[in-house]
Amino acid sequence: MGFFTDTSVCIGCKACEVACKEWNAIPEDGMELTGMSYDNTVGLGASTWRHVAFIEQRKPVSVGPDTDVLGISPQGAVTPGREEGELRWLMASDVCKHCTHAACLDVCPTGSLFRTEFGTVVVQEDICNGCGYCIPACPYGVIDQRKGDGRAWKCTLCYDRIGDGLEPACAKACPTDSIQYGPLDELRERAAARVETLHDAGVQEARLYGADPGDGVGGAGAFFLLLDEPEVYGLPPDPVVTTRDLPSMWRHAAVAAAGLLGATALACLTGRRR
Amino acid sequence: MVPKAEFTSYYGKPVLNPPVWKPLDIAGYFFLGGLAGASSALAAGASWTGRPVLARNAEVAAVGALGLSMAALIHDLGRPARFVNMLRVAKPTSPMSVGSWLLAAYGPMAGATALSTLTGRLPRLGRATGTAAAALGSAVTTYTAVLIADTAVPAWHEAHRELPFLFAGSAAAAAAGLGLLTAPSAETRPARVLALTGTAAELTATALIRRRLGMVAAPYRTGRPGRLLHTAEALTLAATATALLAPRNRPLNALAGAALLTASALTRFGVFHAGLASARDPKYTVQPQRERLEARRRGAVVPGPGSAGGAAEVGQEAVGGGGVERR
Ligand code: SF4
Ligand code: SF4
Repeated sequence: MGFFTDTSVCIGCKACEVACKEWNAIPEDGMELTGMSYDNTVGLGASTWRHVAFIEQRKPVSVGPDTDVLGISPQGAVTPGREEGELRWLMASDVCKHCTHAACLDVCPTGSLFRTEFGTVVVQEDICNGCGYCIPACPYGVIDQRKGDGRAWKCTLCYDRIGDGLEPACAKACPTDSIQYGPLDELRERAAARVETLHDAGVQEARLYGADPGDGVGGAGAFFLLLDEPEVYGLPPDPVVTTRDLPSMWRHAAVAAAGLLGATALACLTGRRR
Repeated sequence: MVPKAEFTSYYGKPVLNPPVWKPLDIAGYFFLGGLAGASSALAAGASWTGRPVLARNAEVAAVGALGLSMAALIHDLGRPARFVNMLRVAKPTSPMSVGSWLLAAYGPMAGATALSTLTGRLPRLGRATGTAAAALGSAVTTYTAVLIADTAVPAWHEAHRELPFLFAGSAAAAAAGLGLLTAPSAETRPARVLALTGTAAELTATALIRRRLGMVAAPYRTGRPGRLLHTAEALTLAATATALLAPRNRPLNALAGAALLTASALTRFGVFHAGLASARDPKYTVQPQRERLEARRRGAVVPGPGSAGGAAEVGQEAVGGGGVERR
């Protein structure tokens, strides 16, 4: 099971952020005004499991006399005949990707992070010892340490709700169905169809992110429809699970350790007293 | 100068959540663990080749450094009881899990060896545990390199081939430094030779990192981590040269020893901060990935993520209790 977040219909209402906080009883995470458009949440963290990004940008949008202006509205406001394009707003609700090959889970030394029967990745807070290893391991900057608590926290894809057959709080609260919850293959089909619709309407920039099971994390359990490059939204363009290179790392470490043993032995032998 | 490639980010915010490890605890642990492990290796060699004082000092140093490094680790976890959770499972996909078991095996061996030497009891057993401590200790010096390389932190992950050699070299130089500092001139010859090989390995690995990593190597060259590493390199070189040129000069040897220890610590802090710097600036995450993506789009043969699997799958089975399919 997973999420499909269609950012082309996101209206930036932050209902998902609020619903997530409420349902999961997550503590307050700062009340600063950042000046980053309407985003005062900044990014995902220990006490932020849904984050709505706001991007203000000016993009050249080519418009001809026959353009279906409503159809390309996700590209931003356009005035027919104007080359440079006007200010457009991109909004996107980000979340833990519940990676198929999840680095956080791989490196967790306590087994606190585990894969559920729904294919999602969840932290067991009674086992987490606060070692912090999962934090730099996540290629998306999702999981983080809660200050004063020391343990790691992130989205559980509402493990408690989906176990009871309910949909996650964020998906339930989303008024535009930007966040959709369901079986991944179904969601992928629906997402592909949506991209096609957008392309037909002239929104060439529409693309899926994290939907390909052949990608560096084996496909994300939460994937997105984006209207610009991933890095514009603060997402890594081509993330790879770090443990893919682990066998090579262990090999190099073994050779280096053997080298150290050999070097000390040699040092003692060459300098042998007669 | 490399031309500034075009790059976008979300308000300049980092893509990654940077490590929350405290530099003093974790870089300090890398230094002390390396010193301990390489000292055990040097002690075994010294004891086999009839250099009792060097052997004894290195054995005691190993135990001391190990004790301090454990204190640093536990301080970083916040609560001593939390360390116990490390030994809940054994996970080959988690270098931290592997390391915890390694330390659990290495500690008693190093302790028993030092105890046997100091009390003069059970010398045969002492030799056996000394050999075991040498082997396990060598692994302790390099697993920490895997520990940091196995993250999404660009400056660490991209250097995953060189870091084990850098750490082994730095650990060797530190152990050699301690030998030079504490052993009588008659017994310091191995320490001098080890200082030379350690320094050579360390400098070569650093040079390779700077060459091979492209733009991701910048933190190893510039800023605070760059300064730390450059200082460490100069200090190591000067100390090794001093020790080799004045082999009989006790005060100069001791000075060189202290310098080698300092340099090894600086190296670990340099590598640690290079990682932090690369995690905090989104360009180190975005730019290499963007280039990889473009290269793949152009159809060039780039090892793509399509070959993902292997280690990752093992880990998930180890924990999930057998491959759980997504429903
Ligand atoms: S996005 Fe990060 S925290 Fe979420 S499953 Fe993947 S690696 Fe783990
Ligand atoms: S902080 Fe907790 S969840 Fe993260 S790796 Fe350590 S024990 Fe596992």
